[in-house]
Amino acid sequence: MEILEDKPSKKILLLGNEAITRGAIEAGVDVATTYPGTPSSEIADTFSAIAKFYTKQKKDPGFYFEYSTNEKVALEVAGAAAISGLRALTCMKHVGLNVASDTFMTYLYIGTRGGHVIVSADDPSCHSSQNEQDNRYYAIFGGAPMLEPSTPMEAKEMTRIGFEISEELKSPLLLRTTTRLNHVRGAVTFNKKQKPRKKGKFEKNPMWVTTPAVARARHPELLKMLEKAEKISEKSSFNKIIKVGKPQDWGIVTSGVSYNYVKEAAEDLKLNVRILKLGMTNPLPKKMCKDFIKSCKKLVIVEELEPVLEHQFKAMAYELGCGVDIYGKETGHFSRLFEYNLDIVTDAFSKIFKVKNPIVKPKESKIKLPSRPPALCPGCPHRATYYAVKLAKPRGVIYPTDIGCYTLGKAPPYEVADLLLCMGSNAGTACGLAVAVDDKIISFMGDSTFFHSGIPPIINAVHHNHDVVITVLDNRTTAMTGHQPHPGTEFDGMGRPAKSIHVEDVVKGCGVEHIEIVDPNNIKETTAAFKRALDFKGPSVVVSKSPCILLANRDKRKQGEKVPVYTIDQEKCKKCKLCISRFACPAIYYGEEGSILIDEQQCNGCGNCATVCPFKAIHPKEEDK
Amino acid sequence: MKDKINIVLTGVGGQGVITAANILGKAAVNAGVNVFVSEVHGMAQRGGTVNCTIRMGKVSGSLVAIGTADAIVSTEPIEALRYISYANKNTKIITDVTPIIPFTVSSGGEEYPDIDKVFKELESYGKLYKIDAVKIAKEAGALITKNIVMLGALAGSGVLPFDSKILIDTILDNVPAKFKEINKKAFNDGFMALK
Repeated sequence: MEILEDKPSKKILLLGNEAITRGAIEAGVDVATTYPGTPSSEIADTFSAIAKFYTKQKKDPGFYFEYSTNEKVALEVAGAAAISGLRALTCMKHVGLNVASDTFMTYLYIGTRGGHVIVSADDPSCHSSQNEQDNRYYAIFGGAPMLEPSTPMEAKEMTRIGFEISEELKSPLLLRTTTRLNHVRGAVTFNKKQKPRKKGKFEKNPMWVTTPAVARARHPELLKMLEKAEKISEKSSFNKIIKVGKPQDWGIVTSGVSYNYVKEAAEDLKLNVRILKLGMTNPLPKKMCKDFIKSCKKLVIVEELEPVLEHQFKAMAYELGCGVDIYGKETGHFSRLFEYNLDIVTDAFSKIFKVKNPIVKPKESKIKLPSRPPALCPGCPHRATYYAVKLAKPRGVIYPTDIGCYTLGKAPPYEVADLLLCMGSNAGTACGLAVAVDDKIISFMGDSTFFHSGIPPIINAVHHNHDVVITVLDNRTTAMTGHQPHPGTEFDGMGRPAKSIHVEDVVKGCGVEHIEIVDPNNIKETTAAFKRALDFKGPSVVVSKSPCILLANRDKRKQGEKVPVYTIDQEKCKKCKLCISRFACPAIYYGEEGSILIDEQQCNGCGNCATVCPFKAIHPKEEDK
Repeated sequence: MKDKINIVLTGVGGQGVITAANILGKAAVNAGVNVFVSEVHGMAQRGGTVNCTIRMGKVSGSLVAIGTADAIVSTEPIEALRYISYANKNTKIITDVTPIIPFTVSSGGEEYPDIDKVFKELESYGKLYKIDAVKIAKEAGALITKNIVMLGALAGSGVLPFDSKILIDTILDNVPAKFKEINKKAFNDGFMALK
């Protein structure tokens, strides 16, 4: 594997996320943990691919890696390793840090011995997330040193050096990234790989036990750590000043990917400015920042999402008592919404610096284009479950849902998603709805979500006897983020055999009395199961079990089995349109003169269209794919 | 040579757009050219619209500004039109001619526009180059090399700031041995289609 080569100064193209993994490998990371979530997933997937590469050869990869059940567990697993003196990395998407925040906040009180880099992958513009929270506030909230890379190369370096800073401060460190860093490829130059430590040593110390007395003793230590961190920040080469043109008294302050747009826009507009590029953004290098403020008459602050730097720079300007003009979000030049780009920054600069904006207004096609929204794949077992649910009770049901491919059930014709907050919220909100309204409640969550945070609300439903139907769509994988394993699968993230935990066993252990286990591809039986579950007074759980069709077909092909392709007998087809408008498989389409056809390229051979066809017009094609 | 090259690669999920963007980025690194590649991931595994931007030269970020693309390369005609805001009158718009009908049309709700109108509209924004990449790829030996045909066409258009040999070498480095000949033919035929 090229990413593993120990060739200092070798230069390769890496995704921002891969660069973070490379940085950790160069630092000799011992333990890496995660719960998958876009845009962070490829960091862990790269660790997993490396581990599997070694496992296959019966060799030791040099590090331990796991897809933990959730982000909180992931942080605790890696945290304990770091407390024992090992180097650890934990990565997650921004909202994952909410799940891990209980651990995070107190972990910062007791600190660590081995370096621990916690990667938060924020998602401005909510490309694949339920919110666009700015996790820089977590660094300030908890008191964590924080680094913010602008490019894949910097991501690798900040990860590598992040371990050293973390060890020097005896504190976990937050590496805060955004989608436009995680999912950007750029050239990365390798450094030498350090050897992992492999075994740690846990030194017993009463200060690791956060009783109130210990917490009171540790909080001042946390503040002292931050003072020390500020000194590191003052000296850090990640904080630097870049000159564009012939600067006089204008300064721009920026961090993260915004720096890329700032630098290019300043050059394109031929501005005469100095740019303070901040890479270590918590704690800020106050002296450096104040010197910068003093040297400017006007300051522009450019940062995506919340005015985190802007507020701190205003506070510092106040402390200095200097009358510098500060332009940013609060002057209306920049937005608190969505990710930035070169267009946005150039436009804002043209207004602030009163120069002509060379970027033209966007042209849009005069022809109306059909949309290509994401949809459940042809052959997806979730579609069969949803079809059965609608047959069991077409009306008068509220559907709390959850985070996964199945959220796409929101779209017509199914419309089986009415309420969604976060991972695991389906079952908790189902309980609340059962209290609040008289409608029937059927909630949905995936198998990975079930293990992540779906179990406590099921216990809640049982203990309080809420009249809800909770569905676990068990497709044997974490499909949406890229088919990662979870506690229900037979292999772990290192490719080693693992104990598979069955959803129905857990549900039974939680005390659920009415459990239905169905194969959704048997639509008739699945419909009957949902009817029985709805008739049951009290909480019932339907486990709808069928592997993700993409994985199932991949396995079939590997074993030399053929995947059938279905076709519609045009003689028998009565054009009732049920397969296209009610079952709504994306592989089925209208041909010439209202005929209905199946696109062989797209058909994944589930055969459920043949089941739903009332005229038996659909059958497998003789000659297989 | 321009000091910045901006390329937009678009198409439909599953057509190898992201792979093509990745290969183009690797070729730039091999050529010693500064490069950033951005990919947009959708929520579903496949079927949605895909859009990658590749920037080379004196650039610091990965996103292409409105009206500044040197080339828009699309594996599907309306997907070129969807990202037309990146074009200016000098932009080379290179598209495959075969429509891929979205399910929003096939299930009845929306309409796929008249293909000749699509090409006429594309022509009004930049310099349009239509190629039958499906046919070229099939003749090369495999439909899945359509993305490589498009890379060949991009190289043939003269937009890239490095020798096309570096690109074909990078492609061959990234495919299994038994597919090397097919990919070579796909690239060369795509190249000649635009040359």
